[in-house]
Order: sequence, then structure tokens, then C-alpha cells
Amino acid sequence: MYTAADPADAHAHDHAPSGFMRWVSSTNHKDIGTLYLWFSLFMFFFAGALAMLIRAELFQPGLQFFQPAFFNQLTTMHGLIMIFGAIMPSLVGFANWQVPLMIGAPDMAFPRLNNWSFWLLPAAGTLLISSFFVPGGAIAGGWTMYPPLFIQGGIAYDMSILSLHILGISSIMGAINIITTILNMRAPGMTLMKMPLFVWTWLITAFLLIAVMPVLACAITMLLTDRHFGTHFFDAAGGGDPVMFQHLFWFFGHPEVYIMILPAFGIVSTIIPTFARKPLFGYVSMVYAVASIAFLSFIVWAHHMFATGMPLGGQLFFMYTTMLIAIPTGVKVFNWVATLWRGSITFETPMLFALAFVFLFAIGGFSGLVLALVPVDIQLQDTYYVVAHFHYVLFSGSAMSIMGGIYYWLPKWTGHMYDEKLGKIHFWLTTIAFNITFFPMHFLGLAGMPRRIPDYALQFADFNMIASLGGFLLGASQLLFLYNVIQCVRGGAPAGNRPWEGADTLEWTQSSPPPYHSFVTPPIVK
Amino acid sequence: MPELADILPPKPDHRRLLIKLLAIVALAFAFGFALVPLYDAFCAVTGLNGKTRGPEKIVAGGLARAALARPSSIDTSRIVTVEFMGTVMPGLPWEMQPVTTRLDLHPGELHQAKYRVHNLSDRTIVGQAIPSVSPGLAAQHFEKLDCFCFAQQTLGPGETKELPLTFIVKPEIDKDILTITLAYAFFNVADAQAAAKQLGSR
Repeated sequence: MYTAADPADAHAHDHAPSGFMRWVSSTNHKDIGTLYLWFSLFMFFFAGALAMLIRAELFQPGLQFFQPAFFNQLTTMHGLIMIFGAIMPSLVGFANWQVPLMIGAPDMAFPRLNNWSFWLLPAAGTLLISSFFVPGGAIAGGWTMYPPLFIQGGIAYDMSILSLHILGISSIMGAINIITTILNMRAPGMTLMKMPLFVWTWLITAFLLIAVMPVLACAITMLLTDRHFGTHFFDAAGGGDPVMFQHLFWFFGHPEVYIMILPAFGIVSTIIPTFARKPLFGYVSMVYAVASIAFLSFIVWAHHMFATGMPLGGQLFFMYTTMLIAIPTGVKVFNWVATLWRGSITFETPMLFALAFVFLFAIGGFSGLVLALVPVDIQLQDTYYVVAHFHYVLFSGSAMSIMGGIYYWLPKWTGHMYDEKLGKIHFWLTTIAFNITFFPMHFLGLAGMPRRIPDYALQFADFNMIASLGGFLLGASQLLFLYNVIQCVRGGAPAGNRPWEGADTLEWTQSSPPPYHSFVTPPIVK
Repeated sequence: MPELADILPPKPDHRRLLIKLLAIVALAFAFGFALVPLYDAFCAVTGLNGKTRGPEKIVAGGLARAALARPSSIDTSRIVTVEFMGTVMPGLPWEMQPVTTRLDLHPGELHQAKYRVHNLSDRTIVGQAIPSVSPGLAAQHFEKLDCFCFAQQTLGPGETKELPLTFIVKPEIDKDILTITLAYAFFNVADAQAAAKQLGSR
């Protein structure tokens, strides 16, 4: 195993540029990873603020604060920004920081491309957010951008299409960079089946990205030409078909949900063995499970469209393939549980987040199975049950594993320990508030409350008030997270090379923070 | 201090991998657009999207031959109701009404229905009608032998026309389908772009 270079040597290489231009022109994977993470944290708070406005409006029945048109903008932009601005960039940030460190590479394969991948994001984000201030307001037809509504809107729709194009280009470039880094730059001796699982999940995710982001680009390009250049891809009046958009969109959209969850699986698969002090149970089956989930994600898309009308054969096909995904996902959940079995477990903040992930993600997985059933899905389509389902997989799945990952690697990245007590308070507030917010939504959906509507019938009032109170608590507790992260960046107890005694991947052989150019001499993996 | 490149081991061939990955991206992009004709072909086979078959399926003499060939296969044991609807899309100053609003028929019978269109403007305009059958799964059994939607229609200033269609609801149609709705949307061919713009600005 590689041991850290002697301090004098590390110092000689550690010539980080300083000032503003360091960040603008940086080609260093650590700098760019940091930029990705701060960007996504900003977007997380922005889109979270939109969610606070949504919950404020839904606190009571009747219209309290906003006109329905603005409410629709809130729900649409909350979804779009959380997905493309918060979760995806933060996972790319993790990849930037961790992939080279975990495979013993000095940097990413294409450092300049990496810089460009990041700096496209602020442009796209500005375009997306500024669409709130153009005549007619931001896009309001739902994050799925279905025509004919999306063809009829104002200039914000064009801005959002352009923004998504830029985000898509950024994601594709990032994915190409990650694949090349993983396939070409592993340390000597690190075969594919010796890679940490986080690296595996990102390799597969990156392939998903380059396969489906271009399809999204197609679909939104068609929207744009339908809007301005007289084509009729989705315009029924001109011989097009709005349902075709849904096929194109979900052909992208379903793999997209795995793009957001597979790296989260990787993070959890790194954290649990560390704090259970046991190697990950069933490593090989974990790799195959991720690969099968990725493959299945391409053939299940129409389960989002059961209500559009489909021949019985199609309904059965998409129902069965969707339920099939439960098998590799179940393999992963059982492997995590088996890793815990007879481990000597400690409950530091990252571990708490990882354990909550396993439990809460499983709930989201089960409600997904419920929704896979065609007759149930047609009943529950566009109700709060769906909202509950995807927040269980996206918030307690992706977002909470990202938070866990940040607590896990923050000592490595900054060289300081975060405030453990504050971290635990943040964890418990987040988990409890999350469940107060989203668990009642299952009941609301089963009782028939439709999503994306600013008003509701009186019988839904109690659960909505509970959900709103939980939502406000959930939003406020993230300020603790922000505070804790900033405090940790500014200072704190020195972390040492390996603050977690159970951690055995390559990044812990480096100093904390790692030298600006780490693994200049590749480590030998035995 | 030595350059980083001197210290690093020889660089693996990133460029070849990059080209392969870019090829995947290009293929995926092409695949997205290829899905459009694929979707149309898939729908033509399954009738999934409620579109009826176009004129290319009608061979010469098809009308007479179909009319002669069918009588034996009329299913008199049940009645299917066909409803007719028509809409004029923005950008086309026409009026359109079905002359025949509904027909009760036996599957297999040959029927004709008519629409009346009227040009409200003082110029000659070319329009195109786009049909849609609902429920979508009935589309593949709704066979139009002749239809005004097979060609573009020209109406002079203030002109009124009766436009016919001849169709058979095939006896193979699912027994659960009791009502079929045939809806036409007329749109302006001459300035389709303007129509799309107007639609967009609403």
C-alpha cells in the first residue's frame, strides 16, 4: 500500500494558486469538486426555499399567498432545480473529489474539460433562475415539460430549454471525463473488481448519462422547433403527437432517476462498511446489481404513462419489468444489512445518515412497487402518493446519502473534524422532519389529493398542515447543516489522515486535506 | 521543480476512448430523433395513438374492391356508434361542422359521412385535416377508404364545400368498444409556420 509522501515533499508540490482566478481557471479536480459542491448547495437552498413557499401556500385550504399560475411555477422550478441544479451537480462534485483519490489517479483525465463542465453550470443556473423575472414568469407546466402546455408558454420556456441544453452538455462532458478517468487512470494493480463500490456506481452512472442526456436534448430540441420553427413533432394539429414527447422524455427520465440514486448507493456502500468495521458484504453481487438496475432502467419508462392508454400487453410488460427492478435493489438492501450483521457498529453522523438511507429508501422502494401495479397506478397517477414516493427515494435516498457523504469526507477535504454533536442534531431533525413532511402525503394521495394544485378540499386540511409544519422544520434544520459545513471549512479539530478507523480506501492514505496534487506517484494496490 | 508531465507514468490513450464515448453520445442523439419515425411506425401497427391509416394504404380500385369484398363479413350481431367531430385550429379562418354527427352501424358495413367547411375570409386558403380516433385502440380497425384528409383542401374566398369520407369499421374490432369518436383538426397549410407561432403565443 502507498504511504503518504514525507511532509517536505508534499509541501513542495502543494502550490495551490490563490485568489479569485484560482477558482475560475482551475483544472484541479479538488477545486472543481469543491465548486460543484458549493454550487449544488446554493441550488439546494434556492429550490428548498421554493418548497417552503409551496408548503406555506398548502398550509391551509384556499388561496393564501399566491395565484395558481405562480404556484405552478414554484412546483415546476422546485423539481427542475433540485434535480438538475442540486442533486446531479453534487454527485458530480463527489465524483470529482473522490474518483481520482479512490483509484490513485493524480487528477481527472481531461482537466480543462472538467473546468468547462463546471463553469457551464452557473450560466445555466442563472438562466433558469432569471426566468422567474421575465414576462409571464417561469415555466409552470411541471418539471416533465409536457406539451401542449410547454409549447404554448412565454419566453421563460425558451430560457429553460436553453438552460437544460447547457446542463445536459455539462453532464455529458463530466460523464466522459469520469469514464475516461476510471478506465484509463487506475493505480497499478487496481483491477476493475478491486475498485471501491463508489467508483463502480459512478462508472455505470456515467454511461447512463451519456446514453440518455442526448435523448433529453432531442426531446427539448423538438419542443423548441415546435415552438418557433413550424415543426409539428408534438402538435396534434399538425399531425404530431403529444404522447410521443412523454415516451422520449421518460426514455431519458427513468434512467435519470437511477443517475440520481446509483452514486448515492455508492456513498452508502462506502460509509456502512467503515462504521460496521467489516468489508462490504457481497461486493461482486453489488456490482452486478448496479449494472442490472442500470440495464433495466432503459426498458421500464412507460410505467410513468399508464394513464395515457396502452394496450394490455404493454401495460403488463412495463409492470413486470418495473417490478423486476426490486430484485437487484433488494440484493443491495440485503447486502447492506448483511454488512451490518455482527459488525462492531458505531453511530457517527455519516453512519446515521447511511442507516436512515437504507430504511427510508426501502420505504420509497416499496411505494414504487405499489405504483408499478397498473390498476393502482392509474388510480394514484398525479396524486400526493406519487409525491411521497419520489421524495422518499430522492430526499431520504439521494439527498440524505449526499449529506452523509459530506459528513464522511468533510474531514478529508478540509482537514478538520466537523462538530459531531451538531451533525447528530442535524441528522435527527432532518430525519424526523422529513417523515413528518412526507409520510402524511401517502395518506393524502390514497385519499385522492391531486399534486400541483394550490388549493384542496377541506378533508385534506389536517394532513397538509402537518406536512407543512414538518416541511418548515426540515427547511430550517438544513441551516444547521450549512453552519456545520462552514464551521468545518473554517477550522476545527485536526482530522488526521484517517479519522475513521474502519476506512480503508486510498484517499485515507493521503494527508487531510490531501496535497493539491495527490498521487503524483501512483500507489501500488496489492 | 519538475513539470507534472515528467513525473507521471506514460499517459494511457485517452483520445481513443474519448472518440468512442463521443460516438455513443452521437448515437444516442441520433437515436432520439430516430424514435420519431419508429414511434410512428409502431403506432401504425398498433394504432396506439389513435391515428388512422393514410392514403398510401389505398390501392387503385380499393374502394370498389373493398365494398364488394365486405358484405359477407358484416357483423349484424352488434352495433357500434361512430361520432364525428371537427375543430379548426388557430390561423385558419374557416368554419367546420360535421353534417353527419353520429352513425349507428354494424361493423363491416360501408358508410359515408360528410363535413361542411366554409371559408370565412376573402382569400383562397389551403387546409389540411388531421384525423384522430378515440379510443386509440380502435384506430387500427377504423379503415377509411376515401377521405378528404388524404389530400389538402383548397377553398376560395367565401366558398363552402361538403367534404366526404368513406369508411368501414372492421368486424375484428374489440367487442368492448361501443362508441368510436372520429375527430378532425383542420390547420392552415399555407402558413403553417404562422399557425404554429400563433399557437405558441397563446
